[in-house]
Amino acid sequence: MTMGGMVQNLTESLATMLDAPLADAVVFGFHIDGHFLLETLLVVAIAFLLLQKSYQPQKRPLTEQEVDQLCEEWVPEPLHPPITKEMEYNPPVLESAAGPRTVVNGKSVINLSSTNYLGLIGNSKIKEACNAALEKYGVGSCGPRGFYGTIDVHLDLEAKIAQFLGTPDTILYSYGLATASSAIPAFCKRGDLIIADEGVSWGIQNGLLLSRSTIKYFKHNDISSLEKRLEEVFQEDQRKRKALNRRFIVVEAIYQNSGLMAPLDEIVRLKEKYRFRIFVDESNSIGIFGKNGRGLFEHLNIPVEKIDIIIAAMGNALASVGGFCSGSSKVVDHQRLSGAGYCFSASLPPFLASASIAAVEIIQQDRERQKMLQENVAFLRRNLSEIPGLTLGSDPLSPLVYLYLAKSSGSFAGDNAILQKIVDQMLEKSVLLTLKKRSVLDKCKLPTGIRIAVSASHEKSDLLAVSLSLKEVVQSILSS
Amino acid sequence: MRLCVEILRIFIHVVYIIEYSRTYQNQRCLNLSSYNYLGFAASDEYCTPRVMESLETFSPSTCSTRIDCGTTVIHQELEEMVARFVGKPAAMVYGMGFATNSTTLPALIGKGGLIISDSLNHSSIVAGARGSGAKVQVFQHNTPSHLEQVLREAIAEGQPRTRRPWKKIIVVVEGIYSMEGELCRLSEIVSVTQKYKAYIYLDEAHSIGAIGKTGRGVCEHDGVDPAKIDVMMGTFTKSFGSCGGYIAGSKELITYLKHVSPGHIYATSMSPPAVQQVISALKVILGEDGSDRGARKLAQVRENSNYFRQELRRMGCEVLGDENSPVMPFMLYNPAKIPAFSRECLKRNVAVVTVGFPATPLLLARARVCISASHTKEDLDLGLEVISEVSDMAHLKYFPQMESFSKVKSV
Repeated sequence: MTMGGMVQNLTESLATMLDAPLADAVVFGFHIDGHFLLETLLVVAIAFLLLQKSYQPQKRPLTEQEVDQLCEEWVPEPLHPPITKEMEYNPPVLESAAGPRTVVNGKSVINLSSTNYLGLIGNSKIKEACNAALEKYGVGSCGPRGFYGTIDVHLDLEAKIAQFLGTPDTILYSYGLATASSAIPAFCKRGDLIIADEGVSWGIQNGLLLSRSTIKYFKHNDISSLEKRLEEVFQEDQRKRKALNRRFIVVEAIYQNSGLMAPLDEIVRLKEKYRFRIFVDESNSIGIFGKNGRGLFEHLNIPVEKIDIIIAAMGNALASVGGFCSGSSKVVDHQRLSGAGYCFSASLPPFLASASIAAVEIIQQDRERQKMLQENVAFLRRNLSEIPGLTLGSDPLSPLVYLYLAKSSGSFAGDNAILQKIVDQMLEKSVLLTLKKRSVLDKCKLPTGIRIAVSASHEKSDLLAVSLSLKEVVQSILSS
Repeated sequence: MRLCVEILRIFIHVVYIIEYSRTYQNQRCLNLSSYNYLGFAASDEYCTPRVMESLETFSPSTCSTRIDCGTTVIHQELEEMVARFVGKPAAMVYGMGFATNSTTLPALIGKGGLIISDSLNHSSIVAGARGSGAKVQVFQHNTPSHLEQVLREAIAEGQPRTRRPWKKIIVVVEGIYSMEGELCRLSEIVSVTQKYKAYIYLDEAHSIGAIGKTGRGVCEHDGVDPAKIDVMMGTFTKSFGSCGGYIAGSKELITYLKHVSPGHIYATSMSPPAVQQVISALKVILGEDGSDRGARKLAQVRENSNYFRQELRRMGCEVLGDENSPVMPFMLYNPAKIPAFSRECLKRNVAVVTVGFPATPLLLARARVCISASHTKEDLDLGLEVISEVSDMAHLKYFPQMESFSKVKSV
């Protein structure tokens, strides 16, 4: 048999096999033939291949030895970075009360560094109130407000501040820095919107961070920038129908970082137009502005009901320690369970609460201090403006006066070094000034300068002497 | 609403304000609730005259931050004394205990770091950890083996998603957990952290001044060398009858923190009379006032705590906490018993604190007693009698009476 003959036989038998009927059955009019069987087998093979999972390399967890090795190899960073010369700064050590004149290194110096705006440090009425409280209650209150740490002086102080400001209710915190950090997260959560000034102080920044809300900043004290931001939010609302959320504007009445005054009346007008709520930090303006010393809102004739939440530290004009938050009863009652610094921290020592009560009473009765402070601020500013080499920063009415270098040396560090030299030399001339320091954790990018805190109890002769000394020192340093 | 009108050593007047009608009822009660472990809360014969002197010299406030002009000679003295007391080279003080934690943790660690904290840590530590930007992981309460497991996994896997190695790891634990009364298993936890090169931050808010033979806290009690703890933190509110907190560590660490910590740069400095109170209290504890009142107070608080705990257990109440711990939570379990227990005790002139959700798990409500060195045996017996009576009424004696020490929680 030839090759050709064998192949022909094979193909013939294959054709017969394929066409041979497998059964006598007829399914749906089709004969079940051999090629039907072949096609079925092919379909089954294709289906099987398609259903196979693609190749994946096997997952092998780390063995104990590998983990041990990784742990041995890992080198952590040191707990703190190496110490530089700048870090070893030693602040001046006081040997007496931080009044308008204080004692440093045995020498009496003029103190322009403590925010004792109304000159209440050393006041005898406040000291009497403290003495009485110390004898009755001791120093500490030994417990948070919820666990028998509430003392009658706390309730009295809360009622007094509410009555003084004209708000329905007030809540006390035991530390000024913790007030904003606890009040803001109590009201704002994830998903809420806060528009804050970019120059707000660290306490407020911390509160904004802990709240986990969306934060938008507007240019420092720039009302048109605020309006732009609000308009952006409004437009976005029109475009995307998002769920309703809480919206706040956070500003300070007098900014701690620059001494500028917020245009609160404009801000309130904008907040009503765009339906936001407002947080105002009146730490540096309470007791100082307004006919009755109630703060910036009274000075600008804004009814207190329009400000939703007022927070303030008592460590400035009220010459005490602690902070408070004032507003409607709902606002205050909510913080009694949600304010972290209120629920989980010991309450304000009773003697400090008594000191604050006495301070508020003095502010209510003695209107002269406010006038003295305004006069001193105007006097000092007039004299300081004549110093070549320095520019005056803050608002004309603000008790915080910032001095910056007229011509920058090119870098922040360079400017700070020159200003620090000025401050050190002024201390030798018996004037205590301070260069406002900023922590690396602070997000504020405003320039720092020499910060002068004017007090109602400063003597005009002292202020004049300060301006003259400063002129001399600046001239000698800038010319060298 | 109840409020404290007067703290007279260990008795307090409790004023009952009956809802909305403001009628007052003055009651003199036994105070088993305030954090007054060494009895410095009210007027003290050594401390109060000195505090008043410092008030006269320095006024109630410096109106300034520490770095501007809020540092006085007594602040420096206090920092030196605190460093000496806890056994560290240097220390710094803050005006508020809560702010100490919430401003120091962000200064120590930032993005790229890991904080491993005990599951029952205080809210100030949680606030500080969240504010720092570091990742936070939790380990089972007081369980060194689980801490080791968490550490190994964290180091082996690195940062989530990027898998880069962690910049640093800080383990945060407390000396006494205020809701459990338990002491930290410090020596084991320290050995684990040293093995894996993590840093340890110890919060001794409740244990400083109250635990240890000379009151130096959980390090002394457990025999751990303070040099092994990287950062020691504590507060002055509990054992020293004042306010504020401190951080103690190496000189370089404190220099760095003074440069960076917002609590030092932006917060009003501690009130001078409060500083003097702590200085005087420390002098009494160390015996530098010339008497042995300090040693007696320390022994008394230990004795009182052990006696009270033993008697409560004998009664059949379920008491948590370790030996020598002055914090004594005892279990109510049922949330409905919380107001009942508290009000019935108050009716019988004993003030206790009751705690429920969310400070504790929902079904693990408890009442907490804080013992003071000023409590006399008669006071403790009175307290025990009242608690026994009320526990009978509220069916709180979960164990049979006259049980002795088989239910002691093992350390």
